[in-house]
Amino acid sequence: MRITRNGWMRARPALAAACLALVVAGCGGGSINEETKSNEEKQAAAGGDCGELNMAVNPWVGYEASAYVVGTVAQEQLGCTVNYKDLKEDVSWQGFGTGEVDVVIEDWGHPDLEKKFVKDKGGDGSATMFGENGNVGIIGWYVPGWLADEHPDILDYKNLNKYAKEFETSESGGKGQFLGSDPSYVQFDEAIIDNLGLDFKVVFSGGEAATITAFEQAQKDKKWLIGYFWEPQYIHAEIPLEQVKLPPYKDGCQDDPAKVACDYPETPLNKVVSTEWADGDSTGVDLVKNFTWTNDDQNQVAAYITADKMSPEDAAKKWIDDNQDKVDAWLGQ
Amino acid sequence: MSATTEAPPRPAAKEPPPPPAEPRRLPRWAWALIVIGVWILVWSVTKGQDTLAIAAREHTEVQDKLTDFRDSVLASRDTNPVIQFTYQLGEWFKSLVDWFQRMISIPDFPRPVPQIGWVGVTAVATWIGLAVAGWRIAILVAASFVTFGLFGYWSDSMDLLIVTFVAVAFAVLIGMPLAVLLGTTSRIGNSIINTILDIFQTMPTFVYLLPIVLFFGIGASAGVVCTLIYAMPPLIRIAGHGIRSVSGTTIEATDSAGQTRSQRLRKVQLPMARKTIVVGVNQTIMAALSMATIAAYVDSPGLGQPVLNSLFKNDVGGAFVPGMLIVVMAVMLDRSTTAASEASEKAARGGVDMRQRRIVLALTAIPVVVALWMSRYYTWAAEFPETELGPKLADKVNSFTDWFVDTFSTYTEWFKNVITDYLLNPMQDLLAESPWYVSALAILALALVLGGVRALIPTVICLWGLKFFGLWHDAMITLNMTLVGTVLVMILALVFGVLMARRKAVDLGLRPLLDAGQTIPPFVYLIPMLALFGPTRFTAIIAGVVYAAPVAIKLVADGVSGVSATTVEASRSTGATAWQEITKVQLPMAKGSLVLAANQGLLYMLSMAVIGGMVGAGALGYDVVLGFSRSEEWGKGAAAGISIVLLGIMVDRIARAAADKDEVTHNPAKRPWWRSAMG
Repeated sequence: MRITRNGWMRARPALAAACLALVVAGCGGGSINEETKSNEEKQAAAGGDCGELNMAVNPWVGYEASAYVVGTVAQEQLGCTVNYKDLKEDVSWQGFGTGEVDVVIEDWGHPDLEKKFVKDKGGDGSATMFGENGNVGIIGWYVPGWLADEHPDILDYKNLNKYAKEFETSESGGKGQFLGSDPSYVQFDEAIIDNLGLDFKVVFSGGEAATITAFEQAQKDKKWLIGYFWEPQYIHAEIPLEQVKLPPYKDGCQDDPAKVACDYPETPLNKVVSTEWADGDSTGVDLVKNFTWTNDDQNQVAAYITADKMSPEDAAKKWIDDNQDKVDAWLGQ
Repeated sequence: MSATTEAPPRPAAKEPPPPPAEPRRLPRWAWALIVIGVWILVWSVTKGQDTLAIAAREHTEVQDKLTDFRDSVLASRDTNPVIQFTYQLGEWFKSLVDWFQRMISIPDFPRPVPQIGWVGVTAVATWIGLAVAGWRIAILVAASFVTFGLFGYWSDSMDLLIVTFVAVAFAVLIGMPLAVLLGTTSRIGNSIINTILDIFQTMPTFVYLLPIVLFFGIGASAGVVCTLIYAMPPLIRIAGHGIRSVSGTTIEATDSAGQTRSQRLRKVQLPMARKTIVVGVNQTIMAALSMATIAAYVDSPGLGQPVLNSLFKNDVGGAFVPGMLIVVMAVMLDRSTTAASEASEKAARGGVDMRQRRIVLALTAIPVVVALWMSRYYTWAAEFPETELGPKLADKVNSFTDWFVDTFSTYTEWFKNVITDYLLNPMQDLLAESPWYVSALAILALALVLGGVRALIPTVICLWGLKFFGLWHDAMITLNMTLVGTVLVMILALVFGVLMARRKAVDLGLRPLLDAGQTIPPFVYLIPMLALFGPTRFTAIIAGVVYAAPVAIKLVADGVSGVSATTVEASRSTGATAWQEITKVQLPMAKGSLVLAANQGLLYMLSMAVIGGMVGAGALGYDVVLGFSRSEEWGKGAAAGISIVLLGIMVDRIARAAADKDEVTHNPAKRPWWRSAMG
């Protein structure tokens, strides 16, 4: 057929070029060659007692800060090869069993995933809880700062009904709107509202970006807004947010999700790792085991990333340079 | 009634439209209004009863079963032979992508740079552009590649190109045999395959993303597989249609020469359908690129990663730059494949001097080889020099967004409230707050009135399914948002479609914008929209309109400009005003395209339901995101995904049956090729 022959004719020069490219591929040199040599030497010298470290990076800035600080220490001071993997929580936990993920550095509590993957919770044992990372999660009901300034009594849940009308939006069906958040997060707000007899309806923002944008606009344009928010979160450095007081948390008051009528507890955030990796002899294991820092530390790095627009790598390096004493403690030095 | 009686070329422009063919029967729209009237009456006394609304974290038994099923598959992963096999396959995909990456995008350790640097890659790509499509495309390709580097995303761009290439290659490998099957099978086989393709195209990716990770692993493998699943259907559909439409006389003539079936396929059907097949490949590439950000959710390499990373920092500018590069890549690949198909057509007809071509290609190959060599040898040719262009543009976009939001947020707030109060809320009250059996009956009656008996069966099945999966209330809210969005899409489509058809300059100016609207990841414009409209259903609708309107506008423009020039001329000679010409001649004659535009607009709107769930729209979209985010809710998410599929198929079948009752769409001369490609 004519068509096919023409096609072949046109492909011929392409083949010729490909062959030439292969020949050329054999050469190379200059500064690239020198770097290649030095890389080879470095690799031989490193000896590799850390090996690869697969670090999950869950999608929020605070997490990114912790992940890159640990990752950078592992890479620069222990010689690990660190692979950062951008994943959501569920996918990260699935990766423990397959060796695709070694470390989740900040876990806000996932009872269902623990049941599936942690041995003493009845799971297959692919995940191991590796202790607290020093950060404390604070979850609660927040209003923008301007609102707290103008109506200080709004910071007590008992006065919320007085203002319910002001919180009404096109989505809240005649009641006040309470802005629920990203579905990944632990939320009992529908039950709390019901059980405290508040005249509000939960509207789910559906994502962290939507929640942050809503609070930013509310503060800027002095709009009425109340919703689910949390710390540590970088936005607290940019706009004032005030927490509304709910009936205090007592042990057990959140056990039955339908009957919750109390505030969220303070949540110590955890490290979770792959069991197989933790049982191995990588020098990275002790680093992750020892890693712990404060909310202020994390907020500092998060601010480098968001406010100063530094890359997570550079932000982590800057913090490490300024805090080598803390890093030394993690390294057992 | 036929097209010609509808558009009188007689000097009758001011007379009322010609009477319907059967004047004693009530027209369909009147019946539809009666149904809606009765519905409103029933609603006013029954509203709020049996709406089947369930709270955010409640589930039904069916949803729990789905979760249990997923959990049991997950628990069996170490022993399940299917998972073992697919996991190996995934590993293989990973190493394939990794090999390409080390060639052109990431340092191939111990080398500090990839095997081939940017100068070499750009030169080779440009040369390929020249070889397959000519000088103009070569320049476009070169400019695009340099743009990737200039804005600081060379490596991510190459990664996206690699993943797209691998996914499309496998889509062609798997899809072409299926296309042949679709093109040669019986009518029934045809409609079965089409329904399966519908399911693949409307099922939200978030529903099957976690299972894909389970079967194929995290990273490039999952990225390739989810891209492949989403991108293959257009190829099968369009190529299958091309094979089917090879003229019967040609086949008979060659059959009479005594050819076998495989000869007929290889020597007649495939070559003659080649142009349509290329269109199919083109559409597959576009669909693959639109998966870039979703694939990034499972750590697949590419430009989607910086888009997502900027999203969670609320950095609009940072998301815009890589998002724009995805558009650049889409335009480049779209124009190249189209031009390549035209060029090969021309060459096949002998319109090209092959000898001269070969000399040109051989001569231009010399600098390409030099570039390849340099890109291995010199750092400047291996690594794209850093520029400040990307961050600078991102800053500009950020300050522009701030200014825009500050200036317009009061007006947009007002616009949002008007649409919500007068359109969205009343319709939602009727659809979602009626008892479920009232809404179901009303929808059935509407299907019967608009589409006839043919529409009835699919509607019954889909409604039953919606009830079965337990998310009826959410489904009605999503359906309502989709309908309101489609109304907005059609208003835009009519205004801009007609303008484009009548003014060449508008067409030229608007096309690139429409291409951008279709290919830019929605995550790029979600944050400004959230700032303008808050986390609301309206934001979700507007995000959907940005994505859906371009398709509808293009379809209307093509339909209107397809109205024969003589007809328009004739009406003009009678002294009809421009308005009369549009409303009495051009639009009625393009009715088939309008119906198709509405149908496609609606399906595109529906496919944005999940994005809507991320910006405060709730309903099915939120359920899908919830299922993706919390493993105990997977069943609810899957049920929501299935409900979206059912809504899509239901609306599509009703629309198609309705269009089929119109004789306009049966007139083959007025039937655009993609109309039949889809059914």
